[in-house]
Amino acid sequence: MGPNLFAALGEPNRFRIVELLRSGPRAVNDIGSRLKLRQSQVSQHLKVLKETGLVHAEPRAQQRLYGLRAQPLKQLQGWLDRYRRIWEQRFEQLDELVEELKREEKADAAGKSR
Amino acid sequence: MPQARAGEEATGAETRVERRSERELVVTRTLNGPARTVFEAWTKPELLTRWWAPKSLGVSLFECTSDLRVGGVYRYAFGRDPKNPEVFSGRYLEVTPPARLVLTQLYERMREAGEAVITITFEESQGRTRLTLHQLFPTKEALDGAVASGMERGMRETFEQLDALVGSLHQ
Repeated sequence: MGPNLFAALGEPNRFRIVELLRSGPRAVNDIGSRLKLRQSQVSQHLKVLKETGLVHAEPRAQQRLYGLRAQPLKQLQGWLDRYRRIWEQRFEQLDELVEELKREEKADAAGKSR
Repeated sequence: MPQARAGEEATGAETRVERRSERELVVTRTLNGPARTVFEAWTKPELLTRWWAPKSLGVSLFECTSDLRVGGVYRYAFGRDPKNPEVFSGRYLEVTPPARLVLTQLYERMREAGEAVITITFEESQGRTRLTLHQLFPTKEALDGAVASGMERGMRETFEQLDALVGSLHQ
């Protein structure tokens, strides 16, 4: 998965489209009317989303329906999890160090006041 | 998605990651100690080596130098293999102990992406310190690229939204 996925979801209207598609595949005009977006805007956003692999098109009767693909989102979630975990672990290690520094300082202060 | 543990919620100790714009990423966390202690831990090499590298990933900070003054340079070499380290380097733009630190940061493996500007604020209240790490990337692509390369970067959408999204796809 390339970096495009982040850029794709970073655009608010694209994120709204992805959220809408959670309820199932939809046609361009349906997406446009629900989100109050012009059809040309929707098509442009869908093009970007398709390039990232987030969305795929399927022909149905007279129209094309756009739906979500699970795999890229799972990968994205994996990245986010890892990012936050790395910082959380750093901070937990920093918590320990801060406690130790506080204890040392207290001991120093006690030593000096003697 | 990991839900905040109950204790973290109550104390505000939860680590938050937010992508504020295409070029900005913000990490926040509250630490249980005064600002001057947290500031020292963030700026003294002998202290940085004790916490900065996430141990569970088998990563160590092999080399850490820090000339803490405006214009002074720092360098962190870290990773799994000391012979082939990842390097962050840069210089301090603002040094205001114990409240604020502004520095540039270059990820040397992606030198062409340019320098990020990092602003760290330490706000003390009742013996605790609210830390905010604000990262401004030179371009949107630099942030996206940093994320994609597996560096510790994130994005702005809330975890809950994405969790719901992913959860709904499992059904």
